[in-house]
Amino acid sequence: MGLKLSDKMLVHGDEALAIAMLDAQVALGAGYPGTPSSEILETFAQIGGHAEWAPNEKVALEVALGAAFGGARAVATMKHVGLNVAADPFFTAAYTGTAGALVVVSADDPGMASSQNEQDNRRYAEAAGVPMLEPADAQETYDLFFTAIEIAERWRLPILFRMTTRVCHSKSTLVRKPHPLPPVTYAFEHDRKSRVMVPGNARPAHRRLRGKLAEIAEWNEASALNTVTKGSKDLGIITSGVCYLHAREAAPEASILKLAMTYPIPFKKIREWARGVTRIVVLEEGDPFLTTAVRANGLPAEGKAEMYRFGELSVERVRRILAGDLSPEAAPTPGKPPQFCVGCPHRRTFEILGKMDLIVAGDIGCYTLGVLPPFSAMDSCVCMGASIGVGLGLRHVLPEDQARRVVSVIGDSTFAHSGLTGLAEMVYNPPKTGHVLLILDNGTTAMTGLQDHPGTGYTLGDCASTRMNFEAVGAAMGVPKIHTVTAKDSAEDFEQLLRSALAANDLTLIVVRNPCLLAAKKINARKQAAAPAAAE
Amino acid sequence: MEKPINVKFAGLGGQGVIRASDIMAEAAFRAGLDVKKSELHGMSQRGGSVSSDVRFGKEVWSPMIPAGESDYLVICSSDQVENNLPALKKEGVLIRPEIIDENALMNKKSLNIALLGALSAKLSIPEAIWLGTIREAFKPELFEANEKAFKLGRTAKV
Repeated sequence: MGLKLSDKMLVHGDEALAIAMLDAQVALGAGYPGTPSSEILETFAQIGGHAEWAPNEKVALEVALGAAFGGARAVATMKHVGLNVAADPFFTAAYTGTAGALVVVSADDPGMASSQNEQDNRRYAEAAGVPMLEPADAQETYDLFFTAIEIAERWRLPILFRMTTRVCHSKSTLVRKPHPLPPVTYAFEHDRKSRVMVPGNARPAHRRLRGKLAEIAEWNEASALNTVTKGSKDLGIITSGVCYLHAREAAPEASILKLAMTYPIPFKKIREWARGVTRIVVLEEGDPFLTTAVRANGLPAEGKAEMYRFGELSVERVRRILAGDLSPEAAPTPGKPPQFCVGCPHRRTFEILGKMDLIVAGDIGCYTLGVLPPFSAMDSCVCMGASIGVGLGLRHVLPEDQARRVVSVIGDSTFAHSGLTGLAEMVYNPPKTGHVLLILDNGTTAMTGLQDHPGTGYTLGDCASTRMNFEAVGAAMGVPKIHTVTAKDSAEDFEQLLRSALAANDLTLIVVRNPCLLAAKKINARKQAAAPAAAE
Repeated sequence: MEKPINVKFAGLGGQGVIRASDIMAEAAFRAGLDVKKSELHGMSQRGGSVSSDVRFGKEVWSPMIPAGESDYLVICSSDQVENNLPALKKEGVLIRPEIIDENALMNKKSLNIALLGALSAKLSIPEAIWLGTIREAFKPELFEANEKAFKLGRTAKV
């Protein structure tokens, strides 16, 4: 059921952000689905915002940047690893600045509930020179988003809005009270010196960026964003985000300095606060980002032991950190692992790949579950689109008998995200033994919650659009052999097709097209709706 | 500090664990309490273990229930009892799926709501708030089955 807006509601962080985007008159939200960020744009679209799924995060950020060049308030959303894809425009957007506001939302996943790594994207703020805000719950997500817009519009800089799984997916009370913001003007003004980053323009742009950051650092020192909870002088805690909530519960007696803007870090404020406490502990998930910075500033702050770098923090882990407890933690009780749905079309594909004992360069999506028994039919999964490059690299160096067993397997949404350039590499630098690429087209971005993508031909708002035709793309790029396999083809025929493709020295693209069971109802309804139009 | 009431819901993907916890959280919210709720989404949709934490009271800080501090543990699938049992307090209440006669349900998918009914009998939130929340959580044609399931659960022996 959809979200019903009211003045006071129980929402999770993603919903709170979408509501803030609506209330702050964000003109455009663009992103690529990725847990735990996907619900931001889905909610924004549902409550009336202009939201779109871009093919990938880099494009999403570029679209949002363009909107911000046009004076708009724009948001790009992505999970933490998505910012790796979008890093290129992110870094240079800090130089160009914007006319309107650009807020880049990074949803980090400490503990890897649904991710391939637990990288700490706070590093990106410092690396790119982009101010960073970190909310702790739904209310703060809402309020800090307005702050993000205010800072972005005052200094004409992108903002990194860093959330984590427990902020995105935890519900708490939201009182919806929009902050007053100036009206937006949409108009293009030439500003070539700021936005055309040839070296002659980029050199002063870098200096300009550092100047803005120095001003923002000063502003942050005095801002009311960073709050102090008064408590015992025997224990002082510096923290941010959801760790603040764990800290309040684990150590109700402590003095706490909670930072909402964690880049640039307000060192003067920290030093002043630290004078009132005898012991300083920094509580943060992931990397020792704040700990290192605070210690480098000459304060004798304690960080967490290395064992707490892995995974999320929690009330009990905070208690352990404060007690200096280094004893082994109880192993989490194993539950039932996820698996392919009963009747999932991927099952047949991975049964065949497993039976043929192939070397499978895999990719990111539901089909990564093909690594699990009884299939055990995936040998690598690194990042979006890596299947093609990794498969080609293996083909180039392995002895021929092994090289001939290498296949690359990628999903439809993943192909649209990052497979096109891999395909260009395949036809441009083909291995001697050729290569076989399987696009497993189930007609949806299944793993993250059945989102549309360019290959479905429908948009985030469920509107019919141009559908990327994978077979035609392969042909246009120069793949000589292209096949389509559906449920109508027998497993024997599928296997035979694979065997002959592997035996040849050609490049082969096989599109395995079987709709995801969870999306089948939607896909069939669209077919029905489109049928009369097609007949006209 | 007054301690919140902690309820952990657990089961398998597709059983409505998240839905049940959403209704619990919303009902507590409507009863005027401070509420926090947390779970991990993502891979859970593929039939794996799912659990969700709901905490409510005068003031709630962390959205996650500290280990071994659940007052109630509501389990939708009997094979998920053992792995979730460490979450329960010593004096906590376990609400198992076996307490509901599945054949008495209009729709077997309403087991989650029946178990929610059993839980509700232990809490002081008025029945009208529960039913109002359930009504808004489902399509109108599914309300009757869920209302019956809830009422069945309310009289079940925990």
